[in-house]
Amino acid sequence: MSHPDKLTAPGGLYRAAIRQSVVKLDPRALWRNPVMFVTAVVAAMTTVLGLRDLLGGASGAGTALHISAWLWLCVLFANFAEALAEGRGRARADTLRATKSETRVRVLPGVEADPGTGVETVSTALKPGQIVYVAAGEIIPTDGEAVRGVASVNESAITGESAPVIREAGGDRSSVTGGTTVVSDWLVIKVTAEPGKSFLDRMIALVEGAERQKTPSEIALNILLVGLTLIFLFVVVTLPAFASYSGATIPVIVLGALFVTLIPTTIGGLLSAIGIAGMDRLVKANVIAKSGRAVEAAGDVDTLLLDKTGTITFGNRMADALIPAPGVDLRRLAEAAALASLADETPEGKSIVDKAREALGSVPALPAGAEAVAFTAQTRLSGLDLPEGRRLRKGATDAVIRLTGKTPPGALAAQVEAIARSGGTPLLVAEGDQILGAVHLKDIVKPGVRERFAELRAMGIRTVMITGDNPLTAAAIAAEAGVDDFLAEATPEMKLDLIRREQAGGRLVAMCGDGSNDAPALAQADVGVAMNAGTPAAKEAANLIDLDSDPTKLIEVVMVGKQLLISRGALTTFSIANDVAKYFAILPAIFVAAYPGLGVLNIMGLASPTSAILSAVIFNALILVALVPLALRGVAYRPSSAAALLRRNLLVYGLGGLIVPFVGIKAIDMALVALNLA
Amino acid sequence: MTFLAYGLYLAALVGAAWVLALWMTRVYAGALPAGLQRLEGLVFRATGTQPDRGMTALSYGLAVLAFNLAGFLSLYAILRLQGALPLNPDGIAAMAPDLAFNTAVSFVTNTNWQAYSGEAQLSYLAQMAGLTVQNFVSAGTGMAVGVAVIRGFVSAKGTTLGNFWQDLTRSVLWILLPLSVGLGLFLAAQGVPQTLLGAVTVTGLEGQEQIIARGPAAAQIAIKQLGTNGGGFFGVNSAHPFENPTLASNMAQSLSILLIPVAFCFLFGRMAGDRRQGWAIFAAMAVLFVAGLSVIHLAEVAGNPALGQGANMEGKEQRFGAMLSALWAASTTAASNGSVNAMHDSFLPLSGLVMLINMAIGEVIFGGVGAGLYGMLLYVVLAVFLAGLMVGRTPEYLGRKIEGREVTLAVLAFLSMPLGILVGGALAATVPSALEAVQDAGPHGMSEILYAYASATGNNGSAFGGFGAGLTWHTTALGVIMLLGRYAIILPMLAIAGSMIRKTPSPVTSGTFPTHGPLFVTLLILTVLILGALTFFPVLALGPLAEETARAAGQTF
Repeated sequence: MSHPDKLTAPGGLYRAAIRQSVVKLDPRALWRNPVMFVTAVVAAMTTVLGLRDLLGGASGAGTALHISAWLWLCVLFANFAEALAEGRGRARADTLRATKSETRVRVLPGVEADPGTGVETVSTALKPGQIVYVAAGEIIPTDGEAVRGVASVNESAITGESAPVIREAGGDRSSVTGGTTVVSDWLVIKVTAEPGKSFLDRMIALVEGAERQKTPSEIALNILLVGLTLIFLFVVVTLPAFASYSGATIPVIVLGALFVTLIPTTIGGLLSAIGIAGMDRLVKANVIAKSGRAVEAAGDVDTLLLDKTGTITFGNRMADALIPAPGVDLRRLAEAAALASLADETPEGKSIVDKAREALGSVPALPAGAEAVAFTAQTRLSGLDLPEGRRLRKGATDAVIRLTGKTPPGALAAQVEAIARSGGTPLLVAEGDQILGAVHLKDIVKPGVRERFAELRAMGIRTVMITGDNPLTAAAIAAEAGVDDFLAEATPEMKLDLIRREQAGGRLVAMCGDGSNDAPALAQADVGVAMNAGTPAAKEAANLIDLDSDPTKLIEVVMVGKQLLISRGALTTFSIANDVAKYFAILPAIFVAAYPGLGVLNIMGLASPTSAILSAVIFNALILVALVPLALRGVAYRPSSAAALLRRNLLVYGLGGLIVPFVGIKAIDMALVALNLA
Repeated sequence: MTFLAYGLYLAALVGAAWVLALWMTRVYAGALPAGLQRLEGLVFRATGTQPDRGMTALSYGLAVLAFNLAGFLSLYAILRLQGALPLNPDGIAAMAPDLAFNTAVSFVTNTNWQAYSGEAQLSYLAQMAGLTVQNFVSAGTGMAVGVAVIRGFVSAKGTTLGNFWQDLTRSVLWILLPLSVGLGLFLAAQGVPQTLLGAVTVTGLEGQEQIIARGPAAAQIAIKQLGTNGGGFFGVNSAHPFENPTLASNMAQSLSILLIPVAFCFLFGRMAGDRRQGWAIFAAMAVLFVAGLSVIHLAEVAGNPALGQGANMEGKEQRFGAMLSALWAASTTAASNGSVNAMHDSFLPLSGLVMLINMAIGEVIFGGVGAGLYGMLLYVVLAVFLAGLMVGRTPEYLGRKIEGREVTLAVLAFLSMPLGILVGGALAATVPSALEAVQDAGPHGMSEILYAYASATGNNGSAFGGFGAGLTWHTTALGVIMLLGRYAIILPMLAIAGSMIRKTPSPVTSGTFPTHGPLFVTLLILTVLILGALTFFPVLALGPLAEETARAAGQTF
């Protein structure tokens, strides 16, 4: 799944796409793309007329057939772009389908029933509500929720991540996905998916493009393109009347060529490829969109709700400083802190050992015979009892005070308070009943996060940090990470309220979540990303699912959404700007016989009327295929303000769209003359 | 010197329009002085209007249609019955049915296309109670729709666009009437007649008898300019010494043509609560206007070498000269006014090209009162949608998303221009009974056809001359096309406004597409030129462009 492109050789992909571009000439398929349908109709018409001329021996049959060949190529190129975009998804779907094999499963009469009482049945016949027993080495038959047991599950078929994950009954890690494998232990699973509607089924349909719905801006753009086609239809259909008034006659084939070059074939031909490729980029990022609408909405997001833990900070506090009590040597404190943490395997404990190493140069090894005292919720202390009787402890301030029966000396007490005020967590270290000093534990902000938020701010996106911390801690981390706002001591209700408030102000909100209590907020948000490891409720409520369960993915989703919209806009602008040059190529060619003076419009100095018309038609087809890579890759997107983006893209695609065809048509004309083709 | 004069004209125009916009903002918000409010209340009570009942886009549109249908029927009746009605000192007979249809449609749609000659075919009653009344209310209709459309784009989320009857009454009562009274008195002082006496018969210096038409002209001329109507009292319009006697009257009328359309730009900015938005639209219109004016000026001042040295004075009044005629021609075609102080048929081909483009793009370079702004908003919707995607968001204008519905409606409205001009023109160029109307051969004749159909579609009413507009084919076809050009834009634009006002505006951030500043102005201008003007490039090539290139080679038509 992570390297699907390797599964299909690029050559095979292209061969399949070329085959598909012919298959897609089926009028029923073409009809869905009005601009290309119209182009095909004109191509068919010019072919018939060209053949008639050829058989009748009329002059100009060669040119007519030449024009119609390029018109057909234009349609084929558009089909090719779409087929290529679909092909990439299909390759991915094939690898997914391979994991979806029919297996025998054991259906239990009840959750607590003995596995031996199970009745064997086929996996494809499972219905929601049925209870299934899956043992180690077996494939989980369909989506469900673990209701009994704990097991490690290999989800690489879905996520591409080979390290197994823990799935257990109850809690936020109960969701299991069909097609994944139980590696150790066993699970009793309650089926949640209808037959054929499992996550895997949906994913296959999605990446194949079969279930692709057009997104709102794609629909609007399609309407505009149809409108422009109609306008140019008026232009071309009325032209013979005006021409005959002026004493000019325009062959129908030339009218057809003029029409096809004027209608927005470039964007019309690439529109669906852009959409498919956009979804594909998401799939590549291991995000599954449940609707195209969500991807587009991601581009519009104004407010990003980010969970502090895992997204902004590493999620575990780390030792930032060691503060000895008055009269205590720093080295003594460091040694005690290190010893008290040696047996502590948590990241917190390890970070204290690391900090002590900085102060001491090296830390003592775990002495033989030492006895670790583990952390419990009752004592809220942990530490080490050495064989010679030293008792080292570290723990929360009040717990250590209770243990030693002493309060920290004045200067230390003030510093402990300062740590708490700054949003950090103070730990006290004691030996016996003597308080040696404090450890400043701090939530460490991930490197690069600050810059990322600055970029988001430049793009006009407000970031809000969501945390369960108290307001003091939250404010300190918010300031350090550079988020615009924070929601402290957040409850699911407060999250929902915040989203509603933002939406009432006209803002679009994106968030990610995994727990069942996140479900209402995920459903309310315009873009809700659920972690794949999350509960079925969360996954159901969200419109995007991140298979990697990485909360920072939200930012990537926003970028993909923006890139999708930008690609469409850029190619539309380019396509429409192209018309200027095409007019200047074709109009003098068709009017110069009636009004020789109109030769001045031939500013490109094209060799002859025939070569001018041919060049315009050929350019029209070639530019389409030349832009296929851009359509599939998406327009380069650097986060910046809308004004800067607009300036840059208007310059590249607007001005470029005006100039490129002048150069291109002239070059083709010169080539045609050199090759004696016109 | 020349450019100083044009500069002064523009400065005076912008200054006056800016002040007028202040007043208009208050008028449409209902923030009138207490005395005027009482007066207005009396009018509403007398007409049974419930002024504060908001109307949705649909009911607003239906009210516009109903009101204009009533106006059409009453005007048609007056024109058909004028022979039997009072105030007809010259004994003018009833108008033919097809001409009466054409004229009634023309005045109700604020087009003022004149297929008739006023002094010969209209009684004083028809001029005053028929045409002048429609001059006021058709302008008022345009302004009301303009304000309703603005509300759709700028008001807080809601469902209603205001009340048509209230907006109409306020437009007429507090904007058009006071300005017209002032301008009318000024014109009368300059020598424009305002009398109910019939034509006078005098014996000229050569001893021949001459009939000199006169009548209640000053009042109608004032509103014809202010309301971008353009229908003159006399057949030759403001080239007639009684319609436009002096340089002062000429400048006053030139300014009045563009006054309210320009003020609408500033009104838009003020109602949006962001004056930069109004300036941006003004800037786009002004650049297009100045570009067109420059071409006309240069062409006319250079003159036609085939006709001798100096500026082109054919068809122009000596008292105005080439420059003031060029200014008028640019203003009247840009503003969908249609009045003339020189014969456009006699302008050089490049001037004709500019005038054709001014009309064919849909009268959005200031355009008709109210209509110019909502016409330009149509291009704004398309420009924002086309390029707006390039900032990576669903396109927004003033915080509101432009989606499928708005694009569909904009495309529908947009189609009326090629439909009217190209389809109408193509029929006129092929149907034998229509072709008789064309006076000149070759590309010039083509320009005459295009001009007539562009003028009707754009609801301008300006005539090129040399075109026999009185033929039954054209009175009928042009009448239908005037209706298309008016309502096929008003109704979709109201629907767009009605759809926009239902959306929650999103706050402006640095990720929002900026719709002010030079970049947006350039984008808007390019959209107008590429979507609007390019559509007509082929026919313009066969008309004025072919004529110009032939003229350069020494051939005239």
